[in-house]
Amino acid sequence: MIPHRDDDPTKRPVLVESSDFHEVTEIIAAPTETKLNTTWILLLMLSGSFLCLMVGLFGYLFWEGTGIWGVNVPVAWGFAIVNFIWWIGIGHAGTLISAILFLFRQKWRTGINRFSEAMTIFAVMCAGVFPAFHVGRIWVVYYIFPLPNQMAAWPNTRSPLFWDVFAISTYFTVSLLFWYMGLIPDLATLRDRANTKVRKFVLSVFALGWRGAARHWQNYERAYLILAAISTPLVLSVHSIVSFDFATSKIPGWHTTIFPPYFVAGAVFSGFALVSTLLIVAREVFGFKKVVRLHHIENMNKFMLLTGTLVGYAYAMEIFVAWYSGNIYERYAFWNRALGEYWWSYWAMITCNVISPQFFWFRWVRRNLIFTFILTIFINIGMWFERFVIVITLHADFLPSSWGYYRPTWVDWWTYIGTFGMFFSFFLLFLKFLPQLAIAEVKGVMPEASPHFHSHDSSNSSNSRH
Amino acid sequence: MSSTAHTPTAAARAPRVFGVLAEFKNPADVYHAAEKVRDAGYKKWDVHSPFPIHGIERAMGLGDSKLGWIAIFCAMAGAFGGFSLQFWIHRFAYPLLIGGKPLIAYPAYIPVTFEPGILFTAFGCLLGMLALNGLPRLYHALFRSENFKKATDDGFFISIEARDPRFDLAATRDFLSSIGGTHIEVLED
Repeated sequence: MIPHRDDDPTKRPVLVESSDFHEVTEIIAAPTETKLNTTWILLLMLSGSFLCLMVGLFGYLFWEGTGIWGVNVPVAWGFAIVNFIWWIGIGHAGTLISAILFLFRQKWRTGINRFSEAMTIFAVMCAGVFPAFHVGRIWVVYYIFPLPNQMAAWPNTRSPLFWDVFAISTYFTVSLLFWYMGLIPDLATLRDRANTKVRKFVLSVFALGWRGAARHWQNYERAYLILAAISTPLVLSVHSIVSFDFATSKIPGWHTTIFPPYFVAGAVFSGFALVSTLLIVAREVFGFKKVVRLHHIENMNKFMLLTGTLVGYAYAMEIFVAWYSGNIYERYAFWNRALGEYWWSYWAMITCNVISPQFFWFRWVRRNLIFTFILTIFINIGMWFERFVIVITLHADFLPSSWGYYRPTWVDWWTYIGTFGMFFSFFLLFLKFLPQLAIAEVKGVMPEASPHFHSHDSSNSSNSRH
Repeated sequence: MSSTAHTPTAAARAPRVFGVLAEFKNPADVYHAAEKVRDAGYKKWDVHSPFPIHGIERAMGLGDSKLGWIAIFCAMAGAFGGFSLQFWIHRFAYPLLIGGKPLIAYPAYIPVTFEPGILFTAFGCLLGMLALNGLPRLYHALFRSENFKKATDDGFFISIEARDPRFDLAATRDFLSSIGGTHIEVLED
């Protein structure tokens, strides 16, 4: 999967603490093959109840209308859009790891890519429910798609809200296809280890008859490369397009050109934070320490340091431009963010997003799991506040007569908490029933996988016929 | 050398030989063996490994994958479709004039030209990869071999099919043995 540019094993960091392919298979396949564990069942029941709560609250919304949410003029976007952007941002780490790090030949990604791709898919699902229900009349949500309808009306394709529909649905579909393609060889591995008829049948169907043929691997690797190449601009486009929802409006505090890169950096920042939060737990619980090493955690922390600092730079630049523009509305928007009625959300954002990642300058912090875990939680909270601060800017725009104060209702809060139930329900099912790490890819980055490793006459081993 | 334990389903039908399967110890062995199979002039054969072995396509003398052509076709079809959809909506189906802005505002069409291009390419990659590989295929003669289950774990195999013009049961078996193959099996289709 990953071309071996440097085949000298002594020069590379040890990504897999094993020299035996079978041991890697055992480590990764084991959680899918053991009996259901009581803790897992209890956790699934817990997150399942929150999922039910979410479904129930959406049913309530369906019945009553969006009035049960705190949204109203002037803050018509509220929690729904805050949560939408937060979840979709979290999804960005998965595609970044599977696509951009692949193109940059970052071999350490193989330890964590399956895990974060799964997270991406579930996060995008959680994100998608918010704008769908935020339209108010969910039963006519198909109006957002360019479909023939009884009114012979078509959507305005020049609107960023329409671009959003395409960006999010494309992102979800491509992430799912990418994830499934990566799963095919690993499902074949599980299929060949299956010991019950039902398990063998189901896995055989989903593994599509994969038999590890080199002629197949050749097409597979090419498909993987092209998917990575197209997912790279895709991942950058998705949050850029989400930011267009704001940036193409003329609301002060929103109408800025810094939004697309700033949103993308923030998305990657929060995505890595959640991957880290979950991975630190999973590697302890499932015993993946030989495959997901401190090196992986440290690299992710470096990413958080980089993107967190970029986000901090964006905050500073926003304020500078607001001052430099000389536009009183723009100046007021930022003054009001930091010192107005919602000052607490602004400073929570600054503390969590700008200050907390700075601890990652220290190597011992980057390699300390407890510190990392706590900081990633802070970052996740901070990124939620960032979206809150941006959306809430609506509360005081041009005319003081239309100013208002937004308060989320209990339905807002519990719907948001309910989406965690949805996320963790899917995630727990993934942890139990699918290989959490990419078995074939992890084997591929082991030094033993190189055709030169066991060979003493490597000089004539790569003679080419063409 | 063990021959397969399976018997043909219909007793009247004579078992057709699918080919010969041999196991190799590690990626290096299967790589060098692949070079020898290639040099012996076989065409209908394959290497099986739990992960792609770097450079094996050269050792096997394979040409380049054709998937790129499928992908570029899908990308262009998707982008063309996305752009034409928007053009058609604004020019013919539902010209919606907003603030006197132009209907055919092609810069505003870029996102929905780009996204379908990506979407179609992704489908083209996955489905094209499966089509080029002849998958999904739930039955294959290789799955008759118990030992072949290692091909998705830690085993490295070479299979030479009977439909290869150079195939000769005894000679091919001896050849695989001579290039270092072990656990040689003759598989029936």
